[in-house]
Amino acid sequence: MKRRNFVDIFLGGSLLATIAAFLYPVARYVLPSRSAGGSVQNSVTAAKAGELPPNTAKVFKFGSAPAVLVNTGEGRLVALSGTCTHLTCTVRFDAETETLFCPCHNGRFDLGGNVLSGPPPRPLETYAVEVSGADIIVSRKS
Amino acid sequence: MNKRAIRLFAAAALFAPLLAFGQKNSCVECHNQLDDELKAPAAALAADIHAEFGLSCKDCHGGDPSQDDVELAKDKTFKGSPKRKDIPLFCGGCHADAAAMRAFNPALRTDQLSQYWTSRHGLLLKAGDTKAAVCTDCHGVHGILSAKYPKSLTFPWNIPQTCGRCHADKAFMKPYRLPTGQLEDYQASVHARALLEKKDLSAPACNDCHGNHGAFPPAVSSVASVCRQCHPSTGELFMKSPHKKAFDEMGAGECEACHGNHKILAPSAAMIGTGDGASCVLCHDKGSRGFEAAAEFRRQLDSFESGFRAAEGLLAQAKQKGVEVSDVEFKLQDVNTLLVSAKNLTHGLDRAEITLAVSEGEKALVGVREAGEKALDEARFRRRGLAVTTALLALFGVALALKIRHMTRGRVDKSRRVE
Amino acid sequence: MAKIGQSLWKFLDERFLLSGLIAFAKKKTVPEHRRSFWYFFGGICLFLTGIQIATGAMLLLYYTPHIDAAHESIQFIMSGVKFGWLIRSVHSWTANILIGLLFIHMFSTFFLKAYRKPRELTWVTGFLLLVLFMAFGFSGYLLPWNELSYFATRVGTDIAGSLPFIGDWLKTVILGGPEVSQATLSRFFWFHVALLPVAALLLIGIHILLVQTLGMSKPIGERSKKEIPFFPDFLYKDALGWTLILVLIGVLCVFLPWEIGPKADPLASTPLGIKPEWYFTFMFTTLKLVPAHILSIEGEKLAILAFMAGGLLWMLVPFLDKRAARETRSPVIGWIGVALALYIVIMTVLTYTAPNL
Repeated sequence: MKRRNFVDIFLGGSLLATIAAFLYPVARYVLPSRSAGGSVQNSVTAAKAGELPPNTAKVFKFGSAPAVLVNTGEGRLVALSGTCTHLTCTVRFDAETETLFCPCHNGRFDLGGNVLSGPPPRPLETYAVEVSGADIIVSRKS
Repeated sequence: MNKRAIRLFAAAALFAPLLAFGQKNSCVECHNQLDDELKAPAAALAADIHAEFGLSCKDCHGGDPSQDDVELAKDKTFKGSPKRKDIPLFCGGCHADAAAMRAFNPALRTDQLSQYWTSRHGLLLKAGDTKAAVCTDCHGVHGILSAKYPKSLTFPWNIPQTCGRCHADKAFMKPYRLPTGQLEDYQASVHARALLEKKDLSAPACNDCHGNHGAFPPAVSSVASVCRQCHPSTGELFMKSPHKKAFDEMGAGECEACHGNHKILAPSAAMIGTGDGASCVLCHDKGSRGFEAAAEFRRQLDSFESGFRAAEGLLAQAKQKGVEVSDVEFKLQDVNTLLVSAKNLTHGLDRAEITLAVSEGEKALVGVREAGEKALDEARFRRRGLAVTTALLALFGVALALKIRHMTRGRVDKSRRVE
Repeated sequence: MAKIGQSLWKFLDERFLLSGLIAFAKKKTVPEHRRSFWYFFGGICLFLTGIQIATGAMLLLYYTPHIDAAHESIQFIMSGVKFGWLIRSVHSWTANILIGLLFIHMFSTFFLKAYRKPRELTWVTGFLLLVLFMAFGFSGYLLPWNELSYFATRVGTDIAGSLPFIGDWLKTVILGGPEVSQATLSRFFWFHVALLPVAALLLIGIHILLVQTLGMSKPIGERSKKEIPFFPDFLYKDALGWTLILVLIGVLCVFLPWEIGPKADPLASTPLGIKPEWYFTFMFTTLKLVPAHILSIEGEKLAILAFMAGGLLWMLVPFLDKRAARETRSPVIGWIGVALALYIVIMTVLTYTAPNL
C-alpha cells in the first residue's frame, strides 16, 4: 500500500507542478503589463502640443519605420512617411523651401508627399494628424 | 475610359494604317522590293518617330513619292543621302528651327545643333574629321525611336552601349590616342549596377556627366559641380573644404582624384587614413598635418563602424535565437544613417563636425547595444523556461509510466489471483 | 482536506447525478492487441484541438482583423506581449502537427478498416472534420496578413474560382468580393473563430459520441480478447503520449519560433515559388503537373473535379467496401489506400525537392 500511495502522490504532485508551469505564462500573457499603451502601432503620439515651433519638423517612429511631423510656417500640422521612395534614406524637412529633402541623392518632396524633383519614383505616404488635448496623434489614413 | 471610347479608339487604330495606303509612297514600295542595305530604310520606317508625325522619305530626301518610275521619282528636289559631314546641318534643318519644331512638338528643345558644335565630336567634324560622331551614329537613321522608349539607342540604359560602339573600339579610337576602357570600367561601377541591374533610371549614364549633344569631358575644376547634381551634400562639403583649391591647383580632378571617373565603386572607410589603399597618403607625407588628420578621421570612423558591426552581430544573434528585434533594428538603421553621414562629412575635412557626428552615433549605439543585450537575455530566459518545463513534463511522464506499470501489474496479479 | 473533497463530491453528485455516469465510464474498456497503438491518435488529435482552442482564444485578446492592424498586432504579440511569442508559436506549430496527425489518424483507421459497419458515420464525420481542419488552416494562414499569406490565399482562391459553373460565384463568396481585400480578412476571421469552430465542435461531438457508444473497433480477424479499462489505464497511456507531444511543441517554439514575415503589399508582384501550406501541396503540385488540356477539357478543371470525386468516394468507402462490412478482408481497398497515401507523400515531397516543375 505504501508503494501505491507514493506513486499516486508522485503523479498528483508532478501534475500540479506541470499545470502551474503552464498557467504562469498564460497569466502573464493575459494580464496587461504597465508599458503596453496602444497595442498596435496604427496611431502614435508623435509629439506634445506646442512642442514644435512653426517651420520645424520632427522625425518619430511610426510602426517600424520613420515618419516626419511638420509644423508649417502657417502653423498647419502635416505628417508623412519619412522613408524616401528612392533608396530608403530618411528624409528631412527643409524649412527654407518648405519641402522634404532626401540628402542621399537630392530627392525632393512637397508637404503633400508629391515628388518635386530628383530620383524618387513614388510619392511619400501621408498620414492623418489630430490634436487631442496635449497630444499630437498621427494615424494611418483609412 | 468607358467601353464606347475604347471601341472607337480601337477602330481608329485599326484603320489608321489605311491612311498610309491613301497616300502613295513609291519610295517605300520600291525599296521594300530590294535587298538588305537598300531595303532597310523602308522596313525600319514604320517604327520611326518621324513617320508617327506624318513625315516620310520626301520630307528629308526630297523627290516625288507619287511617281512609280524611278527617274521621275528622283526629280530635281531629290537630295539623296547626305554626306556624313553634312548630316548635322541636314537634321538641324528642322531640329534647330524653333518655329518649324513648334508645329510638331513645342516642348522639344532646338539647341541640339548649337550644342553639338561646341562638343568634341562637333569640333572634330568642323575640322574635317568625318569619323567623328554625327546625329545618326547615336540616334540611328530611319528607325529612330524617342529617347523615352526603352528600345531607343538613347534610352538611359542603352546609352553606355551606344557611346561604347566607338569609344570602346581600340582600332577605331587609335588615331585619337584616347583610352578605350571607359565602357568596361563603367560597367563595373555602382552607377552601372543601379542603372543596368536595378533599372534605376535616376542613375547616371555617359551623358549625365559628359552632356549629350555638347559632349565634352568636364574640366578638372568642375568635376565636383557635375557630381553634386546627384550628390549635393558631398559636393557642397568638398567645395567648402581646403581640398577644392588644392586639387584645382594640382590639376587633380576633384571627386575623380579619389573615386575615379568611370569605375566608381562603393566607397569605404578604407579610402581614408594612412594605411595601404588610403587616398590621403598619396599627397600627405608622414608627419604632416594632413597625415595626422587622416589618421584621426580613420580612427574615429573605424571605432564607430566596429561598434556598429558589433551591435549588428548582437541583434543577429538574438534574432537567430528567435527573439523579435525589429524595434531595435529600426534604431540600428538610425545609427547607420549617422554612420553614412559621418563618412560623408569627411569630404568637408572639418574636425569638429566629424567628431560631433561620430559621438552622436556612438551615443545612439549605446541604446542599441542595451536593447540587443536585453534581447539575448530574453533568449536565455526562454531556453531556461523550456528546460524547466521539459523537466517537469519529464517528471510527470515518469510518474505516469510508474503508475501505468503499477496498475498493469496490479491487474495481472488480480486476474491471476482470481484464477 | 479529504472531508471537504467528499462533501463537494456529494454536492455535485446529488445535482448532476454523477455516480451513474462514473459507473458507466468504469465499464468502458479498450481492446489491447498488436495494433492497439493506433488507438492513441484520435485522443492526441482531440488534445491538440484543445490546445488550439485555448491558444486561439488567447490570441483573440490581442489580434486585430483589419488590414492596417493585423500584421502590426502579430508583431506586437511576438515582441510586446509577455509570452506572446510562445502562445502564437504554439498555435502555429500545433496547427501543422495536428493536421499531420489527422492524416495519420485517418489512414490508420482506414487500414484497420475501423470504418466498417456499424461505424460508417464515425468515418464520415471524421473525413468532414479533416476538411474542416484544412479550412481552419487555410483561413488562419491569411490572418497575419503577411506577403506569403496574401499570395497563398490569392492562388488558393483562384483555384476555387476555376471550378466549372460555380467557380466565379464560389470565389466571390469566399473572398467577400472580387479579390483579396479587407472583406476577405474579415470573412476569413469569421470562418476561423466562429463558423468553423461551431461546425467542428458539432462534428467532434457526434464523432466522440459515436466512439463512446460503439466502442473501439478491432481489426478484422483479431483474436485477442484482452481489454483494458479506459478509466484510468488507457487515459494514463494517452496522457503519456500527450506529455511527449507537449515537449516536442515546446522545443519547436523556443528554437524555431514562427516567423512574422513582411507585411502584405497587394501592389507587389507575386513572390517566386509561392505555394500553399504543406498539407495542400499534394493537390497544388498535381495541378501544376496536369497537362493543359485533356481531350479538349482544361486539365486543371478536370483535376479539381477528380479531387472532389475522389474525396467523395473516399468519404463513402464504408458503404462501398462490402467485403469489410461482412468482416472479410478486402485487400483491394487496402491497396487503394496505400496508393493514395504514397501519392500524397510523393507529391508533397516533390513540391519541395523539385519546385521548378
